[in-house]
Amino acid sequence: MQRLALASIDIQDFGAVSARTVVAGVEAVCDPLGALYLPETRLLVVSDLHLEKGAAFARRGMMLPPYDTLATLKVLEAVITRHDPAIVVSLGDNFHDRVGSAHLPDVFRSKIAELARGRDWIWINGNHDPDGTVDLPGQSADELHYAGLAFRHEPSLISPAGEIAGHLHPAATVIRREKAVRRPCFATDGRRLLMPAFGLMTGGLDLRHKAMTGLFNRPSLVAHMLGRDRIYSVRFANLIG
Amino acid sequence: MSIIDSAAGLHLLPSPFADWFAAKGWQPRAHQMELLARATAGESLLLIAPTGAGKTLAGFLPALTDLTRRGKIPPGSAFTGVHTLYISPLKALAVDIERNLMKPVSDMGLPISVETRTGDTPQAKRQRQRLNPPDILLTTPEQVALLIANGEAERFFKDLKYVIFDELHSLATSKRGHLLSLGLARLRRLAPDLRTIGLSATVAEPMDLRRWLVAQSPDRENHAGLVTAPGGAKPIITILKSEERVPWSGHQAKYAMPEVYEAIKAHRTALLFVNTRSQAEILFQALWSINEDTLPIALHHGSLDVGQRRKVEAAMAENRLRAVVATSTLDLGIDWGDVDLVIHVGAPKGASRLAQRIGRANHRMDEPSRAILVPANRFEVMECQAALDANYLGAQDTPPVGEGTLDVLAQHVLGMACAAPFDEDALFAEVISASPYTRLAREKFGRIVQFVATGGYALKTYERYARIRKTIDGLWRISNPQVAQQYRLNLGTIVEMPMLNVRMVKRGARGAVGRGGASLGKVEEYFLEMLAPGDTFLFSGKVLRFEGIRENECLVSQAFSLDPKVPAYAGGKFPLSTYLADQVRSMLDDPQRWGALPEQVRDWLALQRDVSALPKRDELLIETFPRGSRHYMVAYPFEGRLAHQTLGMLLTRRLERAGRRPLGFVATDYSLAVWALDDLGYSFAVERPSLENLFDEDMLGDDLEAWLDESFMLKRTFRNCAVIAGLIEQRHPGKEKTGRQVTVSADLIYDVLRSHEPDHILLEATRNDAAAGLLDIQRLGDMLMRIKGHITHRRLDRISPLAVPIMLEIGKEPVAGEAQDSLLAEAADDLIAEAMGETQI
Repeated sequence: MQRLALASIDIQDFGAVSARTVVAGVEAVCDPLGALYLPETRLLVVSDLHLEKGAAFARRGMMLPPYDTLATLKVLEAVITRHDPAIVVSLGDNFHDRVGSAHLPDVFRSKIAELARGRDWIWINGNHDPDGTVDLPGQSADELHYAGLAFRHEPSLISPAGEIAGHLHPAATVIRREKAVRRPCFATDGRRLLMPAFGLMTGGLDLRHKAMTGLFNRPSLVAHMLGRDRIYSVRFANLIG
Repeated sequence: MSIIDSAAGLHLLPSPFADWFAAKGWQPRAHQMELLARATAGESLLLIAPTGAGKTLAGFLPALTDLTRRGKIPPGSAFTGVHTLYISPLKALAVDIERNLMKPVSDMGLPISVETRTGDTPQAKRQRQRLNPPDILLTTPEQVALLIANGEAERFFKDLKYVIFDELHSLATSKRGHLLSLGLARLRRLAPDLRTIGLSATVAEPMDLRRWLVAQSPDRENHAGLVTAPGGAKPIITILKSEERVPWSGHQAKYAMPEVYEAIKAHRTALLFVNTRSQAEILFQALWSINEDTLPIALHHGSLDVGQRRKVEAAMAENRLRAVVATSTLDLGIDWGDVDLVIHVGAPKGASRLAQRIGRANHRMDEPSRAILVPANRFEVMECQAALDANYLGAQDTPPVGEGTLDVLAQHVLGMACAAPFDEDALFAEVISASPYTRLAREKFGRIVQFVATGGYALKTYERYARIRKTIDGLWRISNPQVAQQYRLNLGTIVEMPMLNVRMVKRGARGAVGRGGASLGKVEEYFLEMLAPGDTFLFSGKVLRFEGIRENECLVSQAFSLDPKVPAYAGGKFPLSTYLADQVRSMLDDPQRWGALPEQVRDWLALQRDVSALPKRDELLIETFPRGSRHYMVAYPFEGRLAHQTLGMLLTRRLERAGRRPLGFVATDYSLAVWALDDLGYSFAVERPSLENLFDEDMLGDDLEAWLDESFMLKRTFRNCAVIAGLIEQRHPGKEKTGRQVTVSADLIYDVLRSHEPDHILLEATRNDAAAGLLDIQRLGDMLMRIKGHITHRRLDRISPLAVPIMLEIGKEPVAGEAQDSLLAEAADDLIAEAMGETQI
């Protein structure tokens, strides 16, 4: 929830709180709110919004708070306002379940329409929502190839070069003096970049988890971790001090 | 009541019983006969008796005699429900009791069927028990909750006469006890004539338990009758007087190992109690490192594999062991063979706990128990002495029953909807008949029902997904059968920390890990997060090498080092009880009482008196001194670690606001240290701020609220409440959630809820819980009130003798809140340095 607090702060020196990185020759900025911005193409990437997660659980009998969509959209609004992108790519698992976008309360639907006004919006399909979105602006796709990069939900095992993917909710753990701190992160080795989950009610998977093995060239892997008010960039090898 | 009086009650014993007692050469004890007479006459009763007083037999006598008179039910008769419920806090205890009870039942040839029903009972047997209940059912609180939430509960319990609660002092004072009190309220509705019998060790407030046992009415207080058994022989307790130097701080008592080992050698079987699992591991390893006679010494704690624990218990029962190192898993009254010595390593933290543990030696009333206390540091020497005085004085400091919690109530409400459609007002009346819930407001109950239905949110978007609905007849009923299925899977109040199984593997030549070997037990996942592959740690009595995590298992291999890199992992710790704290303070204040303390401790106190001051019983001593580039304040409230932690958080907040630049704090059971960049001694001297203001009670107002909301401790409490209240499932039909998944989402749910609906009933439940337990706010409030106008400040040039123990703790405290980001910054700076072309450190 530190991101929700951060979203309401007017940041003076954005350069000091964000992190620059390069993926397959394309410049990108890691925003501390959990979005990736490509200045050359004015493209903003967010991943794993998991909208309507609370409602998805309520449908199964667990009455989680119905405020997650509202909170996630607030942060999304802040990051869109900051960068005013021409294109927004939502990298899959946009909704927590298949019926999520169809059952979306109207108030949220009009909020998304407002955010999308005047820009292109691409919904990449994820494993939670493979059928695309219902009654929302923009278009759905399984993958997007644009400006020398490939945008897809799940990282592919064959072609890492220039891939921006989500799905795994990467998180990194820093250990110093026998104390551990774990935070969501952007993970990149310069060839591929994995996006942190943007949804506010989502968990994380550690970079050391076996699901991450083989995805990165570890010697050049850097975790851009989401701190309380800025990004902290830590080399994989330096996570454990 | 004397034996002669009790003979008057003998006519109550049917002949097989009188003959059986005679054949054994036993005389029924006075309290057994008194309880039998009064229960038979229709009274509900609390029996308070020390270990070994024949408590269990006393509890069952009314039921056994009643059933004997009734005789066997002829086959083909109409359905007969269960006659007596026996409820124990431990599965193992229920099983143990079955063995002990079946012996007299079969000796006397009584026409009585006795069966257990626990989580381990096979499905087929449970099914059969529902159709054809035994006369006496031995079970656990969770099984009672399951049985009353069943559609057939009414039939099953219609003939219920007695409900026996074993170890009621331990059962009643927890959330489990709250759930059980609600279950009892339902049982009373199903069988209005039932009588309750509570069996308990000595407690501070017997009246709490007496109320707990019977229905409360809005206009007056009701309580069960009281039967007390006389105490047995006084225990012989000594404090280990070591030749070695008693350390300033720490909890390991390694200095005393040779003497502890000698004591084990000099007795048949010794039980060694410690307070935490990590202490158990360390003690066990230390003993084996000097076990030259290879005495059979075993280890027993709650995280070990069940199979391994059962082996130790069996070996114990057969007297094959010379010593067992154990945590509170062995506290409760299971009979473990011939223990003739209890060694308590570390301070017992509470006089009642010590009495219970010492009762484990020599389970016979007429022989005195033998116990040795082994203090691990100098403060513990005083604490042990205080506890020892207390045990002779018969003082007690058991925890109170406490106000019924809302999360438990939510679980119960859903359970009652699963049993049958309910009327909200009628259920409310039933709920407030349970003593922990008598003060529950009707409005709050209504909010709980709403919570159960749809989550109780201000934003009403879940109506169509409601779990229970009010139908046209005005009754609440479950929306579909899956709701009942989910309820049954998630019932209970014991919320486990996310744990991973520890499995031994072989390490190949090039680090490759082979297939899994034996399972050693479970460790908390947060502990493993701190380990990197290759790190070594102590668990299950072995030094293990951490290999990695595979699915839900932590893989380890045998390490060939004796010196684990990571000491061990911390289990639960009990805070020092208010009673003992007061005793320690009064001992410090009274040099007359120092005579009982070892010389080195006396010297330490005398030195403190000379260079600073000793805290008086009713005042608060504050010392300030510089050290290195920092300025320290050490306070000595003696109110236990939890209260001190809360105090530390609040003091640093206030010092921050006063511009004194505090950097951190650390708390122990006895004292609290805060350090800052500014000269705190000078600041207090010129009253910026004054100590009176700094320690003013108003800190428990807004500062507390503000801090609580950010506290990581509250998140943990929230997780427990959310799981118990049924907001988060531990298990969902078809898929098991791992602990990790539950934790992550509980924290996130807490944050979302707090920022959008801070008045939600579950947040209220969380705050209540935290205030009562985790943070010891009540105790802190009492302390602040007590010391008002009684603060003594000593400005010193350097550290005082009394401050040494806490100063040694600095750096061992866990990291929380903003400090987390400073760790990140530390790690990230490495990269910046590297990027700037500087050499890496």
